[in-house]
Amino acid sequence: MTGMNRLDALEAQSIFIMREAFAQLRKVALLWSLGKDSNVMIWLARKAFFGRVPFPCMHVDTGRKFPEMYDFRDRYSKEWGLDLLLEDCPPLESTDPTLPPAARSAARKTEGLRMALAKHGFDGVIAGIRRDEEPTRAKERFFSPRGTDGAWNVREQPPEFWDQYNTALTPGAHLRIHPILHWTEMDIWAYTKREGIPVIPLYFSKDGMRYRSLGDKDITSPVPSLASTLDEILAELATTKTSERSGRAMDHESEDAFERLRTAGYL
Amino acid sequence: MSASIASVLPDFSADAPAEAHHAVRSPAERELLRIVIVGHVDHGKSTLVGRILHETGALPDGKLEMLQAVSARRGMPFEWSFLLDALQTERDQGITVDTTQIRFATPQRDYLLIDAPGHVEFLRNMITGAAQADAAVLLIDAGEGVREQTRRHAFLLHLLGLRQVIVAVNKMDRVGYDRAVFAKIEADVAAYLDGFGLHPTFVIPLSAREGGFVKERAEGADWYQGPTILDGLDQLTAPLGLGDLPLRFPVQAVYKFDDRRIIAGRIESGKLAVGDELTFEPSGATARIRSLEAWPGPAPRSAGAGQSIGLTLDKDIFVARGDVAAHGNLRPRAARRLTARVFWLADAPLKAGTPVTVRLATNNATGVVRSVASAVDPANLTTEGVAALGRNHVGEVDIALHRPLAADAYGINPILGRIVIEVDRKIAGGGIVLSATSEDKSPAPKGEVVAVASAVRPADRVARYRHGGAVLWLTGLPAAGKSTVARATEKRLFDLGGAPLFLDGDTLRTGLNGDLGFSPAERSENIRRVAEMAAFLARNGHVAIVALVSPTRADRARAREIAGAHFHEVFVRAPLDVCEQRDPKGHYARARKGEMANFTGVSAPYEEPEQPEVVLDTTADLSLCVGVLESYLTEAGVLSPSDADAGI
Repeated sequence: MTGMNRLDALEAQSIFIMREAFAQLRKVALLWSLGKDSNVMIWLARKAFFGRVPFPCMHVDTGRKFPEMYDFRDRYSKEWGLDLLLEDCPPLESTDPTLPPAARSAARKTEGLRMALAKHGFDGVIAGIRRDEEPTRAKERFFSPRGTDGAWNVREQPPEFWDQYNTALTPGAHLRIHPILHWTEMDIWAYTKREGIPVIPLYFSKDGMRYRSLGDKDITSPVPSLASTLDEILAELATTKTSERSGRAMDHESEDAFERLRTAGYL
Repeated sequence: MSASIASVLPDFSADAPAEAHHAVRSPAERELLRIVIVGHVDHGKSTLVGRILHETGALPDGKLEMLQAVSARRGMPFEWSFLLDALQTERDQGITVDTTQIRFATPQRDYLLIDAPGHVEFLRNMITGAAQADAAVLLIDAGEGVREQTRRHAFLLHLLGLRQVIVAVNKMDRVGYDRAVFAKIEADVAAYLDGFGLHPTFVIPLSAREGGFVKERAEGADWYQGPTILDGLDQLTAPLGLGDLPLRFPVQAVYKFDDRRIIAGRIESGKLAVGDELTFEPSGATARIRSLEAWPGPAPRSAGAGQSIGLTLDKDIFVARGDVAAHGNLRPRAARRLTARVFWLADAPLKAGTPVTVRLATNNATGVVRSVASAVDPANLTTEGVAALGRNHVGEVDIALHRPLAADAYGINPILGRIVIEVDRKIAGGGIVLSATSEDKSPAPKGEVVAVASAVRPADRVARYRHGGAVLWLTGLPAAGKSTVARATEKRLFDLGGAPLFLDGDTLRTGLNGDLGFSPAERSENIRRVAEMAAFLARNGHVAIVALVSPTRADRARAREIAGAHFHEVFVRAPLDVCEQRDPKGHYARARKGEMANFTGVSAPYEEPEQPEVVLDTTADLSLCVGVLESYLTEAGVLSPSDADAGI
């Protein structure tokens, strides 16, 4: 590992995974949620493909994001030369009424994603989830097969080793590819700083609060924080005892809400 | 295993306790050893992990005291395994602790502890974990001795290529550090491991709970003079850096997004620099590195193991995904035959005759299992009578590949020396390569015959035609559409600038094979001659498109043997009634009247291919069939992706 440090190693592995997805699948898209993780992912894609992202970047829009997020999207999709795909989500009424309110919001996005996949015929979507975010995500594989209904069967996952990924698909099913699965929240910020990747200002402290994770504005809350620079965020993360997604209501409504969401195809 | 890992795993988890509570330390500067702790359930894995974290100061401040206080309050004795449970719970609560990868450090180096679930049901996960380790600690309960999972895990470590194993006989405090108990288990485990040539680096008596021989020595065990667990770990040798091995650069893709033709991939071992001459296996084509490419730049002049890079060449040689670039005479072998030690994870057993796909680095090839030797149940090391590998069993497997793969023996290069086996496109097993041979089956020329090679090198032809040599063997019922597809494909490849040649069975019978009739023996000879001719063309860079009923599997297998790696079987499929309806030559009608003997489909059988490379349905549009063939040829690396396609 000639002169490779930790971020170099993470980056090299992510690029490898993204190129594998592009080489092995018929039609892929990158899911751009506009947050810090998917921005890092786009940056990695540009590195992997020498400046140009060779597949669409898809934003499945709930219509309830923060204005700063839409501004960011409009500006950088142009600046980065992205092939931007905008997809809508169905109305709230179409979701499982037994889910708690915030989880129903998230379920809209799952359904929007499912519809977008069917509409464009993608057999793979590249998503920026990470193992350290949430316990069920910790069990994920880099290449994660989904059923025709988008569902995830956590107990019957295929083995994945030696950089050989499962790409077998039944017709109508798709793969989720997770190129930054092995990164931590700290890695994301350290890399963002090193590479100079643009950041939505909502992540920085304002009036003693900042967002650690960005979702729909009605179900995402800021956390107390004084961190208003990347260095301060990194320092904060080194000592924090609260979770990254603590501001995401859908994770906390009931014990199994997030697991149910993911089994049904949420990211 | 060691080296392999560097590329597999991001070696850091910033959130692990050791990181959070130590001052800034550059992981890049410290040696890292990945270890896995395995053993039978309840033999003390969690206890040992908890104890190691404590002894190495890797626990967050106050964590131990807090747990001890909680235990006291609840009136239960403190257990070291609580620590791991507590970390697990914290992760489940969303506090960022990844128990699948725990870090700790000794003054000597860093360690990454990979969690490998022990339950037999989770063998897939255990392999996913243990495949990343440099060394292992195998735990055995002094009171219970060697148990089923002890054996299974030990065998698996051996299979994954792990050579460094510390055996720890745990719970020695419960047997009063009885030297005889230890000696008995030591002898048992040594005998078991010796059965497959694995020798423990150390066998250490241990009391994880009381801390005996974790870091400090235990009282009352003066008879043991060997190292403690932590000393033992520090004495293991670090993996050989992949950077020090010969270059292996498997190509992931060739991109033509702009006027550059960038060959992209990750350097698995060794290093390369602008100006180096590379040889690409299995084709053997060579060119020099003109530049390294990078975004956002500036591009480096050299790169090494672990880096995902892109480069351009000084010559326009044919390179495709799956090729492996190496330096001069330190190349991997273009292997057609692999012997591998395989662990099997699928329900259906692996046996002689099983068609498989072998994945190796970024390449893959279909092939067939020639034999399974020494299939073993790792639980008791019994060799099974049947030559088949059952689920969770292991054995040595000999595989014949339909086209060559660049491969190394595991001992030469751990990355190019390991394979993953797919059946029906699902990962079904994996193994390490014991030997890779290029095995040339063409018989030696008889008598005074001396073969003289063409003056034009194959690589030069490839550069001109934009494709490699190939035999497209179109088989199917009479009137299935073989000649129609063959001619259209010939035209298409020619229009692309290639050098295809259509070999029609009937046409050849008017000349070269004019002396042959239609008896089974003569039909076989007809096929042999056509195969020889097609193979000759393919070896010289042409795409020979053969349209021949070739109704028997045996004859087609022989043709495959003659053409070797160039052979691509294309099953041109149309239902019998459709063919009969088409009947352009009136043969079916005559055969039905009994005027033609041995007519395939009517008075002679047609044996459908079992594993053709391509199946064409000629009830579909002709251009679709040609398109399918074209994309297959591209995928198979015969045809260079056209500029239009590669630009996306």
